[in-house]
Amino acid sequence: MSRQIDRKSLLAATALVTLVAAAPAARAELELTLNFPVAVGGPITAIIDEYAKTYSEQTEGVTILPVYTGSYQDTITRTVTAFKGGNPPDMAVLLAVDTFTLYDEDMIVAISDLAKSDEEKAWLESFYPAFLENGSIDGQLWGVPFQRSTPVLYWNKEAFAAAGLDPEVPPATWEEQVEFGKQLTLKDSAGNVTQYGVQIPTSGFPYWLFQGLTTQNDVILMNQDGNEVNFDDPKVVEALEYLVALSKEYGVMAPDIIEWGTTPQDFFQGRTAMMWTTTGNLTNVRNNAPFDFGVAMLPAHVRRGAPTGGGNLFILHSDPEREQAALDFIRWLTTPENQADWSIKTGYVATSPAAWETPKMQDYVNDFPPAAVARDQLEFAVAELSTHENQRVTKVFNDGLQAAITGAAAPAAALATAQEEAMRILAPYR
Amino acid sequence: MDRRLLTTIHAWLLVLPAMVLLVAFTHYPTVATFWASFFSTARGRRPASFLGLDHYRRMLTDDPVFLQVVWNNFLYALVTIPLSIGIALAMALWVNERLAGRGFLRMAYFTPTVLPMVAAANIWLFFYTPGFGLLNQIIALFGGPEINFLGSPETALWSVMAVSVWKEAGFFMIFYLAALQSIPPSLKEAAKLEGASDVHYVRRVVLPLLMPTTLFVLVNAVIGAFRVVDHIVAMTGGGPSNASSLLLFYIYETGFKFWDTSYAAALTVVLLAVLITVSVLQVTVLDKRIHYR
Repeated sequence: MSRQIDRKSLLAATALVTLVAAAPAARAELELTLNFPVAVGGPITAIIDEYAKTYSEQTEGVTILPVYTGSYQDTITRTVTAFKGGNPPDMAVLLAVDTFTLYDEDMIVAISDLAKSDEEKAWLESFYPAFLENGSIDGQLWGVPFQRSTPVLYWNKEAFAAAGLDPEVPPATWEEQVEFGKQLTLKDSAGNVTQYGVQIPTSGFPYWLFQGLTTQNDVILMNQDGNEVNFDDPKVVEALEYLVALSKEYGVMAPDIIEWGTTPQDFFQGRTAMMWTTTGNLTNVRNNAPFDFGVAMLPAHVRRGAPTGGGNLFILHSDPEREQAALDFIRWLTTPENQADWSIKTGYVATSPAAWETPKMQDYVNDFPPAAVARDQLEFAVAELSTHENQRVTKVFNDGLQAAITGAAAPAAALATAQEEAMRILAPYR
Repeated sequence: MDRRLLTTIHAWLLVLPAMVLLVAFTHYPTVATFWASFFSTARGRRPASFLGLDHYRRMLTDDPVFLQVVWNNFLYALVTIPLSIGIALAMALWVNERLAGRGFLRMAYFTPTVLPMVAAANIWLFFYTPGFGLLNQIIALFGGPEINFLGSPETALWSVMAVSVWKEAGFFMIFYLAALQSIPPSLKEAAKLEGASDVHYVRRVVLPLLMPTTLFVLVNAVIGAFRVVDHIVAMTGGGPSNASSLLLFYIYETGFKFWDTSYAAALTVVLLAVLITVSVLQVTVLDKRIHYR
């Protein structure tokens, strides 16, 4: 009896194995995988699933399989590991600043090489130039901007009114930020601060918002080839001294390292009257702030400025047929209509001017003007800090910034150390 | 065929499955790690080259972060191990007595162990948050100043240590509790008849009898101090500027963020060497002073 069952299940198993092995051959369907960074399930997964389904249904012979791979860090880890194991996905959304890393590992295909027809070339021209900067190496384009953002200033209008400031006017310069900040900083009878003027988060990756300050001080942190950095420039030092002074000298910002994660919460609870954070928080703030709030460009100094941020779509090496199919999908995903849809649903910045011209997007902006602030700031935006050995160089820079912010080192000394270390790491690439 | 030869083959065949697993997942990776540490990391556009001992030289002379994480880890081990073992022992002695609500107490002490480290770290993240975090609210009640526990280099490492002690102590308590219950009650009665005080009884009878357990717990605690970094990832990411970074976390960063896998291999060799040395020392030196029944 038991032997009979064994034989039966053995037969079934053999049949199953044969079926599975035969399946790809029987179907001429191209299955393209897309590694997508989503930390937890929820709205974003549903949106991407829907795009994949729509495209697969309307395109003969192509199926898009999105794979949700956690945070950006998890996603690049999984993508690089899969590549080294010989089984890479066809596409991935990864940080634009990791382009050099992907290029050095020879993992990705140059988009500008794939885009051969006139129509495809025109499509490459359709994006905001600020978003293409991080994807260009050797005069070629390696990533298509998709999940992009930029930092902006959020302010609490009620707190402004309570402090005797015009609730409709955010600080436009560094000086005003300090001046407003002083008026907005409140203390209890024991002398403890109950509301700070401004909050610029500095945990994990302080360099990003700090790059807002350096850009405003009219200095660029790295060269186009990604093999030299400029961390010890006097203007960079000046920007860091300003950041440190916000808490140490003027007392308008909380001391030491400020968490990214709790910053929106601090804003909602009235522990800070202004905050710098990503446009990606727009929907969150809109849904959760119990008061009237405004969104503005970051304050200017010598000039206006902010870095771009977020992820690009990359195509990984496979065969010409799959690469072309991936390009077709990416072109579809970044049509003005789809970009507008994506931007409205998520709060990320639509990456081409044409998307902002669509009726859908214009209705949205009319209804919710803060959404356009990020777009208007793009004119002043620069490439996010990105070099060869990017994560290592960035880490050295972050360590230096945090050392200065916590008072462990003077700004000039901390940046000199970071510069020396970063140039040493980059030496093989010069 | 020769009978002895058959037996030998039989024996090897029996060992084979376990050996395949051990070789594939323990021995081969160890040797491969050691080997890889002598080469540079291959990138897609540049192949690996032989470096000899360069990676090891770099650690000692050219990598301040390495020296800092080693120091941090040393401090971390030095503080968390004795503290968690001490607390574990005290808790075990306490809940071994006959007292009301003993079951509840034991469960309460053991609960942190059941929680996954990441979940525990997230709870503590809330405790430590400046402003509306639990600890700062308590401090504010007494009019104290706000402390940014995880955000300043003076307190970050200590805050992380506290989580580790809180989590480990309950686990070690279970071992002590089991050992305490295997001590025959007649010893206690005999000590009482001889007029020994409770303190004397614990010091002269209980502690020596617990020594084998202490050795076991100690070996585990040392390995744990070098092996568990989940809370660092969840709470500080090693910051501010490496103040709370530990050796294994640095290896993870080097390997999977910087993709410098061969330098990570060299760092792993150092970690392995430390663990082997400490374990051998513990077993050889302490073993002589332990009384096994």
